[in-house]
Amino acid sequence: MISSIVFVILLCTTAIIFIRRLREIRFNINLGRELDLSGNFSERFKIMARVALGQSKLVTKPVAFFMHVLIYVGFIIINIEIIEILLDGIFGTHRVLEGILGSSVYYVFIGVFEILALMVLLACVVFLIRRNIGNIRRFSGAEMTKWPTSDANIILVSEILLMLAFLTMNAADSVLLTAPTELLIANGHEHYSGFDFGGWFWISAYLTGFMPNNVDTLYIIERGCWWFHIVGVFAFSIYVLYSKHFHIFIAFPNTFYSRLKPSGEIANLEAVKKEVEMMMDPAADPYAAPLADALAPERFGAKDVEDLSWKQLMDAYSCTECGRCTSECPANQTGKLLSPRKIMMDTRDRLEEVGQMRRKEGAEASDVRSLLGDFITKEELWACTTCNACVEACPVNINPLSIIVDLRRFLVMEESAAPSELNAMFTNIENNGAPWQFTQADRGNWTDELKDK
Amino acid sequence: MAESMTVKTMAQMTASGEQPEVLFWVGCMGSFDDRAKKITKAFSKILHKSNVKFAVLGAEESCTGDPAKRAGNEFLYQMQAFTNIQTLNAYEVKRIVTTCPHCFNILKNEYPELGGNYEVLHHSQFLQNLLADGRLTIEGGSFKGKKITFHDPCYLGRANGVFEAPRELIRKLDAELVEMKRCKSQGLCCGAGGAQMFKEAEKGDKEINVERTEDAIEVKPDIIAAGCPFCNTMMTDGVKHFNKEEEIEVKDLAELIAEAADL
Repeated sequence: MISSIVFVILLCTTAIIFIRRLREIRFNINLGRELDLSGNFSERFKIMARVALGQSKLVTKPVAFFMHVLIYVGFIIINIEIIEILLDGIFGTHRVLEGILGSSVYYVFIGVFEILALMVLLACVVFLIRRNIGNIRRFSGAEMTKWPTSDANIILVSEILLMLAFLTMNAADSVLLTAPTELLIANGHEHYSGFDFGGWFWISAYLTGFMPNNVDTLYIIERGCWWFHIVGVFAFSIYVLYSKHFHIFIAFPNTFYSRLKPSGEIANLEAVKKEVEMMMDPAADPYAAPLADALAPERFGAKDVEDLSWKQLMDAYSCTECGRCTSECPANQTGKLLSPRKIMMDTRDRLEEVGQMRRKEGAEASDVRSLLGDFITKEELWACTTCNACVEACPVNINPLSIIVDLRRFLVMEESAAPSELNAMFTNIENNGAPWQFTQADRGNWTDELKDK
Repeated sequence: MAESMTVKTMAQMTASGEQPEVLFWVGCMGSFDDRAKKITKAFSKILHKSNVKFAVLGAEESCTGDPAKRAGNEFLYQMQAFTNIQTLNAYEVKRIVTTCPHCFNILKNEYPELGGNYEVLHHSQFLQNLLADGRLTIEGGSFKGKKITFHDPCYLGRANGVFEAPRELIRKLDAELVEMKRCKSQGLCCGAGGAQMFKEAEKGDKEINVERTEDAIEVKPDIIAAGCPFCNTMMTDGVKHFNKEEEIEVKDLAELIAEAADL
């Protein structure tokens, strides 16, 4: 009874913290500019099914893909077990689904869970080794500071511990379940009697050798692991919302809202369109008073997170810092400061900062910091070749390039802070219609070279 | 076989009441850069030989605005786009072919929303059609046994999914097509895109074109085929960096086809 109350309190507390954090994230994403991505449901759904559910973009690295699929499938299927744990926790029962599903079905589930648990465990160990000893370039880099590095290790170690607890619990339980009924009753553990699992504890069967004979000790191990596992799951589910591991949820909406156009297309800036139309329209009256319902002119490009669209901010929350973008980036490969992963991490860090400030001090609150300058430097931005390799590489369809271009737009159009060579190129285009100092009238001169020689 | 030919401008065609089958958008590199002009001329000769009625804008053509846009100068880009669209629409242009993937991308993807709706083809696609329709025939003889590797331009391949047309052309040459370790959607940039062509690279430990040329040299090609005048320049510089210009040529697809067609 007491344990049921404790369990329900823990469950409710977890749910409250979980939902509160989710709302924080939603609040933060909504700080971004509006962007209409409605419609195209079936096309979007297909992309989501292929990229998020089917993990199609991970296959370029087969080893990591294989391991990742093991953890992913394991995670989803083992979570069915959580249903039983929740029911047992609330009602004080033991393995309640055995009675509901019937032992023939139930133990097949348990057998499968155990195999998956072992595979998840092994995959996490391999990932830990790869990450810490493997000397894989994309796991290092300037932005992989203390927190991102420990974040990754905390996730892997947590998953290993959860799986170990699950298997140890089953091992202790399987010994308990085979103990003589009279002995169980005599020690007050009668709810462990009457099970016939017929050897389906495939993996934990190998651990029973390490288990003590004493029924009371077994009980303590079984209960201890049970509580460790479920409290661990509660804690981990909250941790995920503060960690790069959040991709397990947000990858789905993020891929759903993927760009549907060719990646080479950079959207035309609406705010500029109005200005240019005005400039080019001979009938436009430059002295006309703005319409009463005219919106305040938008900032051209982006200086801070609120100048980005909600989708770009959702991208930032979707990044799991795998570094595929950075390892494909031509600028990064040749030693430049630019790292697309850092662009995403900086965007998220700054968004967290702004979100917190807004919630505390209200919608008008501001500080002297900004994404451009305090997080991302000009040198990083000017190293980009807009080649789209980062966009192509991202397993959850994040677009770091769009943020880079928006920040460049601010630098150029609001601050006139382009490198001088680019300013010269702009001037040439304006004056001569070409990026160099050639006369536009000479554009067709090459045709003369095709005439009689 | 230098045959004298005249390239008509849209203005000339319109004056004589004609409409071309396709407008050849030459681009700034193709108009002014000495190396790229060779590509322009090679492609024009192919069009001429294939009896394609084409025209250029000549002095009425202006930068698409691509480098300005990608450097962040949306204003300048949209002004350029606005002017170009006015010109193109005034001549009722329907179909455009270009030898520059940057022009190709921006005309195809970014002009429509500003009122410029055209069927836009990269010259590799156009050449493929000419060969498929039998309007152009080539003999691969001069390339027999040669190893050719194709460097995917970012704005043709990854950005617009055109991977096969250039490769089809190389296969038609009867040459051996060898792929670099990074190719197609995984192809490495030459380093010129996003307005990098017009500025010094940021501080680093290597030039991007050198990194890419290493990929190419690894597969020991006789020819590096390019489909972009900017890539062409970057790869040519890369080959020079390794003092390999005696062994490896950098050529545009149009030049290869023109050579095979004995033009």
